[in-house]
Amino acid sequence: MSQANLAVDPHAAVMEESLFAIPSSKLVMWLFIISDAVTFAAFLFAYGYIRNASVDWPTPFESASIWNALLMTFILVTSSLTVLFAVRAAQNDDRAAAFKWTMITAAGGALFAILHLREWSSLIGQGVRLFQNPWGSPMFGATFFTITGLHMLHVIGGVIALTVVALTYKAGRYSAKHIEIWALYWHFVDIVWMFVVPLLYLMNMKRS
Amino acid sequence: MSEAAAQHGPPQSFIWKYVFSLDHKIIGLQYYALALVAVFIGMFLSWLMRFHLVWPNAAIPGLQLLSKNGAPDGLITPEYYLSLLTMHGTLMVFFVLTNAPFAAFGNYFLPIQIGAEDMAFPRFNMMSFWTTFVAFVVLLAAFVVPDGPPISGWTAYAPLSAIGKDAGPGLGMGQNLWGISIAIFCIASLLGSLNFIATTLDLRAKGMTLMRMPISTWAWFITSCIALLAFAVLLPACLLLILDRVAGTSFFIPAGLVVSDRLQPHSGGSPLLWQHLFWFFGHPEVYIAILPAMGIVSHILINSMRKPLLSHKVVIGSMMAIGFLSYMVWGHHMFLSGMNPFSALVFSFPTLMITIPATILALIWLGSLYGSRLQITAASLFALGFISMFVSGGVSGFFLAQPAIDIYLHATYFVVGHFHLVMGVAAIFGIFAGTYFWMPKMTGRMMNETLGKIHFWLTFVGTYCIFMPFHYLGLAGNVRRYSSFVDDFMAPLMPVHKFITIAALCTGAAQLIFLYNLVHSRFWGPVAPENPWNATSLEWTIPSPPPWNNFGGIHPVVYHDPYQYSVEGAKEDFIMQNSPEQVETPIPS
Repeated sequence: MSQANLAVDPHAAVMEESLFAIPSSKLVMWLFIISDAVTFAAFLFAYGYIRNASVDWPTPFESASIWNALLMTFILVTSSLTVLFAVRAAQNDDRAAAFKWTMITAAGGALFAILHLREWSSLIGQGVRLFQNPWGSPMFGATFFTITGLHMLHVIGGVIALTVVALTYKAGRYSAKHIEIWALYWHFVDIVWMFVVPLLYLMNMKRS
Repeated sequence: MSEAAAQHGPPQSFIWKYVFSLDHKIIGLQYYALALVAVFIGMFLSWLMRFHLVWPNAAIPGLQLLSKNGAPDGLITPEYYLSLLTMHGTLMVFFVLTNAPFAAFGNYFLPIQIGAEDMAFPRFNMMSFWTTFVAFVVLLAAFVVPDGPPISGWTAYAPLSAIGKDAGPGLGMGQNLWGISIAIFCIASLLGSLNFIATTLDLRAKGMTLMRMPISTWAWFITSCIALLAFAVLLPACLLLILDRVAGTSFFIPAGLVVSDRLQPHSGGSPLLWQHLFWFFGHPEVYIAILPAMGIVSHILINSMRKPLLSHKVVIGSMMAIGFLSYMVWGHHMFLSGMNPFSALVFSFPTLMITIPATILALIWLGSLYGSRLQITAASLFALGFISMFVSGGVSGFFLAQPAIDIYLHATYFVVGHFHLVMGVAAIFGIFAGTYFWMPKMTGRMMNETLGKIHFWLTFVGTYCIFMPFHYLGLAGNVRRYSSFVDDFMAPLMPVHKFITIAALCTGAAQLIFLYNLVHSRFWGPVAPENPWNATSLEWTIPSPPPWNNFGGIHPVVYHDPYQYSVEGAKEDFIMQNSPEQVETPIPS
């Protein structure tokens, strides 16, 4: 696999220039993001398909839920900003600051996940399950939990990855590249949420 | 700008050398071996099906050992026929047609053809193989669970596949195993394609510009781009299917469905959604099978003709166009699914469009062959056979692409004949061609040419004897997926079925010649020289079999476009890609 410290890039002397001037591991993260975006698109397509085909799609979200979702959005977007600070610090070789900002980002992600789980448990308390809910089409719960659940898995995975990267980076075994790569991932998780909020929350807001 | 050149040293112990190897060549061979096991199981299943179709009342001794319920006293039940059909399709499409031409040959030769020491991420590479292996074992486990394998076909059409035990034998645990196996397979393929793309873009030797890559490398590269997106859709589809089955959701199950006299406790879903998701993967999957074969065949034909194809660029462009269009056509599998008839029309148009790059490719192969002095080897024969199968199977595609005609032909043997020729057998011919061509490099031993040619003729004639009559059966109205036709209006077609079954048994038996040739030459064949075919690409510049780091620690430098055959003014009739020899008028790519 990749080696962390390559003072001199031995690649350029003996090999053809890569098509994109980025390390292979970063290229792979981009490819993963493309592929994962298609996966999310398939889930959202399934949601849209089923929602359109239903006659009794429920729109249960009260303003409290929407405010909660907006707060979560704010936290996630802010964490995208803090990860940018981490990347900038890492590029300036300021290890302490980069570590701090990466950990703040991970904390933002963890806070997001906690708020999300709290919301989940409140919905479960109201009787929403994967296969039923008190309001209408049983597919409401199925699509909601599947899509937000997959996103939450991405967030939790990202929190773990960011923490590991931050610690390893602090210990000097990782370079700025690793922070950049996982920052990319983190932005992607953020962007996916930008699709989830309007489609799963705002569209299911209670009509007055 | 890559840091990811091979970082592993030469392997020491047996386990690290042959089992959990990081070496792309060993991993390629592992994929090949897995595909070989899968293809013989799959072929055996097709034998059982063909035998049962023609002699439904003849017991197959010993079959009750495989399934007590499915084949009591060796007699296949109609349900078990569908189980065999499902497993045949799944094994062949995923574990043979995806694994052999793409994962096996791609793993082995893509890094060498671009002058790399290994794949960009050797550990990912090992993981993709072993994940595939787990998927294979999980799939085969369906044979030993009490109810046997699922009966819903390799397409796992919902709601049959989604509601569980009530729907029939094999739809309990068997179908769960199927879903899990395919989900794991998706992850393995995604890992593999990430690696292929990164390797191609980042690890090319000095001078190996993109247009200097051999056509086979291009084919694997384009295929991995297709796979990266296609399997990313099959994965969520499988996850939703598993949720429907184990968590009580109803993504693919409509309301009010009564199955086995029981109202199913589901509502709100749509079986059509499964078809959309599945075929969004399923159609590109056809090209995941066939594009590597196209690349391999082009690579071999050029070598046998001793001249390049009419246009390197147009071949690559056509393959890209096929890859792009393959995402626009999934609806043509669904003309009769209850989809809006207007969408059928919309999907029909890009389907007919896709025949344009395919026809360009076929014309380039034929036009290049015209006037060339082709060297007849087992490899070049199978390459020609590929073109023949691809064209024969492709022509029936014109008919099926049109909704009005498809309404009659849908779900008949015409369709079965079409896809077996165009993607099944054609890709298999590509695999055979690649095997005869590259086995000397992979094992260091030459294969027997005479046996190879006998194998070709038996397989070529046999395949047409099997699949051409399928088209006739389909036109005559013979539906597919039925386990027996003796008692109904299709009885007059039985002689044709008998002919097909006998041809299938013989053609299958002829594959033993190949197996013998493969095993015998592996151990006792004549030792292969470095470049037995006087070929130009980089895999022929290193010993057979190559050392663990491919180029022995030297970084090759590339000076030429890939196919410098019959160049004027050259010392020999070919110039290898890394040869510093310069001529006045090299062949442009």
